[in-house]
Amino acid sequence: MPSFKLSTSLFAILGLVIAFSNCQSKESVEKAQYVANGRKLFATHCQNCHGADGKGLGKLYPPLDDTLFYKEHQDKLACYIKYGIDTTIHVHGIAYNSKMPENPTLTPIDIAYLITYITTEFGNSETKVSVDDVNKQLENCQ
Amino acid sequence: MIRIHFIFSFLVGLSLLACQTEKKKLPIYGNREAEEKVVDGKTIVDTIYHTIPNYEFLNQDSVIITNKVFENKIYISNFFFTHCPTICPTMQRNLLKFYEKYKGDPRIAFLSHSIDFKYDSPSVLKSYANKLGVDSEQWQFVTGDKASIYKMADNYFVYAKEDKNVPGGYDHQGYLVLVDHDKRIRAAYDGTDDEQVQLLFNDVETLLKEYE
Ligand code: HEC
Repeated sequence: MPSFKLSTSLFAILGLVIAFSNCQSKESVEKAQYVANGRKLFATHCQNCHGADGKGLGKLYPPLDDTLFYKEHQDKLACYIKYGIDTTIHVHGIAYNSKMPENPTLTPIDIAYLITYITTEFGNSETKVSVDDVNKQLENCQ
Repeated sequence: MIRIHFIFSFLVGLSLLACQTEKKKLPIYGNREAEEKVVDGKTIVDTIYHTIPNYEFLNQDSVIITNKVFENKIYISNFFFTHCPTICPTMQRNLLKFYEKYKGDPRIAFLSHSIDFKYDSPSVLKSYANKLGVDSEQWQFVTGDKASIYKMADNYFVYAKEDKNVPGGYDHQGYLVLVDHDKRIRAAYDGTDDEQVQLLFNDVETLLKEYE
């Protein structure tokens, strides 16, 4: 019964394709949710200084689109957001020595939403930051 | 015939409207009083408007400025402090748009009062102005003693108060207040609201036209 065989294998392939795309979309749906939640938190807690477009304000508040900065400080972003920044940092090669205030009310999941949002929206990142990542970072803040 | 009539009156109406928009004047804010004056032997009634009183404040270059610096200019005034974590960055970002649009234009200037008389010394204000991207006298950043700054806020109808319970330690409103050559308040908008800021752009143009 070759025709039966053909249709089962077709089904199997179709099933695999569906399973795969489902799995992929589940991940991207989750990331989209992180970005959406992050956008709201950003508007409340960060936008006044960093701007709705993430471009910052002169040399007072740095822009959030320096992908190199994100790469080099990827294990510190949660600490920066939770505890603020009081040291001189360089963004796009420009020194900033203002103070970023702490955000004691933000929970680890909030911080995961926020990092996912800023790195995606302004930094073209394709991955999401999880609560586990955030908790790991927060354990190692100085 | 009736149709033509309609069109005609419509056109007249339109041209009247056009006239009106061209002559649009901004309102004058605050209390006003009538004052009787004798001019050339005749008694006339003059209206006294609310005006910004004289002041002496220290600016970002440690120079004392008075309201003479804005003679024959309109100006936008606001109240802020350099390490304000809440509304100020947005308000200053918006005022910077005006500064950039009218940079070098002698008809208009800007005046930011710090309400943090403890921390915002002239050198702090200077470094703030530079970091904001302001390097000319067209935008003055001033400080003064507590009483005179807070009283000045009252004169601009802007609420400002020291308050330990708000982030940054000072509670205040983010108004951008437009003042004319006679130190009268002609417009005031929330400097943190994009739509209101757009209205202020229109009003600045309207007020500049009054002096053409
Ligand atoms: C009161 C103003 C202010 C607020 C509000 C603020 N920041 Fe910042 N942020 C700063 C300043 C100033 C710096 C630079 C610190 C320095 O000069 O040392 C900074 C630096 C950063 C950096 C690292 C440098 C860069 O440009 O990538 C990140 C990331 C960041 N902020 C994210 C956030 C997030 C997320 C929030 C909201 C939870 C936030 N900030 C809220 C002022 C602010």
